[in-house]
Amino acid sequence: MATKTIKVDYLARVEGEGALDLTIADGKVTAANLRIFEPPRFFEAFLRGRGYEETPDIVARICGICPIAYQMSAVHAIEAAFGVKVEGQLRALRRLIYCGEWIESHALHIVMLHAPDFLGFADGIKMATVYGDMVRTGLALKKAGNEVLRVLGGREVHPVNVRPGGFHRLPTAAEMAGLAETLKRARDDAIALTRWVADFPFPDLEMDYEFVALRHPDEYPFNEGRIVSSRGIDIDIADYDSAFEERHLARSTALHSMTRERGAYLVGPLARYGLNFDRLPPHVQDLAKEVGLGPRCTNPFRSIIVRAIEVVFSCDEALRIIAAYERPEGAFVPLAPRAGTGFGCTEAPRGICWHRYDFEPDGTIKTARIVPPTSQNQASIESDLAAVAGTMVDALDDEIRHRCEQTIRNYDPCISCSAHFLKLTVERQ
Amino acid sequence: MQPTKRPRLAVWKFASCDGCQLSLLDCEDELLAVADAVEIANFPEASSAISEGPYDLSLVEGSITTAHDASRILEVRAQSKYLITIGACATAGGVQALRNFADIDDFVAAVYASPQFISTLATSTPISAHVPVDFELQGCPINKVQLIEVISAFLAGRKPAIAAYSVCIECKRRGTTCVMVQGTPCLGPVTHAGCGAICPAYRRGCYGCYGPMESPNMAALAAEWQALGASPRDLKRALTTFNAAAEPFRKESEAHGD
Repeated sequence: MATKTIKVDYLARVEGEGALDLTIADGKVTAANLRIFEPPRFFEAFLRGRGYEETPDIVARICGICPIAYQMSAVHAIEAAFGVKVEGQLRALRRLIYCGEWIESHALHIVMLHAPDFLGFADGIKMATVYGDMVRTGLALKKAGNEVLRVLGGREVHPVNVRPGGFHRLPTAAEMAGLAETLKRARDDAIALTRWVADFPFPDLEMDYEFVALRHPDEYPFNEGRIVSSRGIDIDIADYDSAFEERHLARSTALHSMTRERGAYLVGPLARYGLNFDRLPPHVQDLAKEVGLGPRCTNPFRSIIVRAIEVVFSCDEALRIIAAYERPEGAFVPLAPRAGTGFGCTEAPRGICWHRYDFEPDGTIKTARIVPPTSQNQASIESDLAAVAGTMVDALDDEIRHRCEQTIRNYDPCISCSAHFLKLTVERQ
Repeated sequence: MQPTKRPRLAVWKFASCDGCQLSLLDCEDELLAVADAVEIANFPEASSAISEGPYDLSLVEGSITTAHDASRILEVRAQSKYLITIGACATAGGVQALRNFADIDDFVAAVYASPQFISTLATSTPISAHVPVDFELQGCPINKVQLIEVISAFLAGRKPAIAAYSVCIECKRRGTTCVMVQGTPCLGPVTHAGCGAICPAYRRGCYGCYGPMESPNMAALAAEWQALGASPRDLKRALTTFNAAAEPFRKESEAHGD
């Protein structure tokens, strides 16, 4: 029996540390395993005993790329537990800071990490020698997203301004006006970027995903909504455990999030877009149609176009929020701690980020549970890998390896996030 | 331009959130210029082209939390002319050093259903506990302007211009009214400058993410906090976050109860 194993020992252009093992036996892929060797950091353990006020600052440190996602899921969970609802302009400002994170995170991935795969470069910097204008456009976009984070959050990485109930400080009218100017240019850049990436050569691959995302009655989702799926899940975020579970697979010691009824599912841009296309403004829908996207996209390689569309939407939404902004009376809604349980689920750039906290009467955390996006996508990443490698088993190892790495990068996986709860693989001979 | 003569830069990751190495990619205006001035020889988060060492300058993010990483840092040091730690994890052990004050088996069991699969050390330690370090850039996260300054200084063979005073000086320079005077407990008086005093400008107390300044007066700070009505637990919590294992913060936090 001809068996060969292809290994990628250190995945490049992903956030965090991971590796891939692929086994091909008799012309068939028999195993495609994404290994996470990012050291665990035990956030859920050391959150026990901490105060609710310091929670947004602590959970931000799970991920330097998407700290707002962790802060937002945490403050929503805290407010739910204490019976407080943040509405109006404060709610809008939360959407605005989230727009900044989507723009910054997506632009980084599109231009510096993902586009080089399609154009045959090792990285965005080398790609700039040929496509300098587009790399500079992408970096300008990323900078615009970071400017939103800097104004609303105080800084780009681990913003300091988010607190339970709202913010420590409200933006000034002058700051908002400055942001609007930046975002108008960014919006044009994002449209140009969308048209550019839409012309990349994409491998043919259609996958049969179960999409999972938030769905809100009126909005493309950031902070609120029900958890829905393309195969009928439609639940309150508090009921996450009724529809999803974390399973051990015999061939892997990594925890995989699965739907209880069916198995692998997909979160992130493809799922969000596929489940919420009708929530995009008409002109963003038109742009999607113009670049050849239908109301849903199941080719993971084309996720780069969907990310670009989401950047256009985020610039647009940020401009809408700024135009409608009226300074609220206070920077935050006062809240008093009480014993209870709270859930938060928001749309990180890579998909839903789910939190649950139990609190003591004084607001001290009793237990914490956090489910980040990349861990939920692990099973889908592995089925993509098996499908991709299955079509090219006779190719050279290097070609298979390259295409598999590209397949993983389609997900913009954030392994630093996932590793605080993913199991590490230990081989026992 | 002769590419082969450019200094060779490497970026390494240990236990961390990736935020400090992201700061390099966040230099949107300087990134292409940096890539011209140095050869980015090993930066897996940004490039799949990895060239072998030795390297002129290694930037190290993250702390040491596994036996494997404890041996990997020795290899990194051996291949690097200069080694600079970037951020609170690499410099002080990071937020994951909270395990140092707890029972690691309890921590593992709290997060993982099958603790036997987890191989981890009982402590999270800074890079300097394992190998000699040429410069430590503090911050959670680091300041990207300071990062560019440190890279430039090492490439020019000079000392980086990184001030060792407290956040208070930055507040004065920024023209921010002292929040302590207004009744808000703040770690600014004992915290290393570098962030630009963001928190007080955002109407909250500094939470110490840049770690201790040189020779902080921790006792005076504790007394001020107490005078403002902060409980021992408040101070203990504030000191046990991202630089909990840094000596002055650790010592003072252990003097205050829950």
